Amino acid sequence: MRIKILIRLKKQILEPQGKVIEQSLNNLGFEGLRNIRQGKLIELDLPENINQEEKDNIISSACKKLLVNEIIEEYEVLG
Amino acid sequence: MSFKSAVITFPGSNCDRDAITYLRDLTNNDVLNIWHDETFIPSVDLIILPGGFSFGDYLRSGAMASKSNIIPEVIKHANSGKFLLGICNGFQILSEIGLLKGALIQNNKLKFLGKDCFVKKKHENKFNKLIKKDQVLQIPVAHNEGNFYCSNDDLNYLNDEELIAFEYCMGSFSNSDANINGSINNIAGITNEGKNVLGMMPHPERAYQNFHTSMDGKSIIESLIS
Repeated sequence: MRIKILIRLKKQILEPQGKVIEQSLNNLGFEGLRNIRQGKLIELDLPENINQEEKDNIISSACKKLLVNEIIEEYEVLG
Repeated sequence: MSFKSAVITFPGSNCDRDAITYLRDLTNNDVLNIWHDETFIPSVDLIILPGGFSFGDYLRSGAMASKSNIIPEVIKHANSGKFLLGICNGFQILSEIGLLKGALIQNNKLKFLGKDCFVKKKHENKFNKLIKKDQVLQIPVAHNEGNFYCSNDDLNYLNDEELIAFEYCMGSFSNSDANINGSINNIAGITNEGKNVLGMMPHPERAYQNFHTSMDGKSIIESLIS
């Protein structure tokens, strides 16, 4: 099963790339696009034949141990 | 008693050789160079995690290196109370391991900074004991992710426990803000609770020979061996 993990900087942390993207879009005439934040998306295949609980455990453990730095980031599992 | 030290090299480290000559010249002793894939470090007084771009800064700066095979030995060394110094990428690795509080995020002005900066000591520890209060050190930085961030609770903890080793300050030719990268409270370097693990963004190993722009980086090793 393929899943996506969306990782982003916590709201209170400055995300300077988003700010610059916002400026560029505004320069291109896209007025009114605000509060742009850039994150990252990780896609992976989970092992076959695991139940929901095992799936949740694998994802949360992989995120805590490597994929996400919870001091500055938060994550969300998409599908 | 001679002071023994080691430098760990990761794929993408680029200040490891500088760190080795820095230690060799200032401790007057051979320095071990250990590859990240090793699983044993002989007993030494100090380990340096050098600067660079370990594992190409994949995922987050220092994230992949913090899971290297050698890291359990580095943690064992630190937990035994011996000295561990992370410089630049080494500081990022120490944060990712969890030996130090907080995290290093992208510089607030989005620029890679490669220039001399000015720091002074805030709280005393064995790494900075020979540096006088309010003495301004000129030491180069070279980083893109040097913006120190931590929660308010952790910041209070760092202050209460006196764990802030270095802070950025104004210097003789600085004409902009002292805070070069957006770090909370101008923090340039912190220690762990035991004050035997130091992480700092400035590169003391690039400021110790007479052809460098400054020799202020000597004071850290001189403090440790004095």
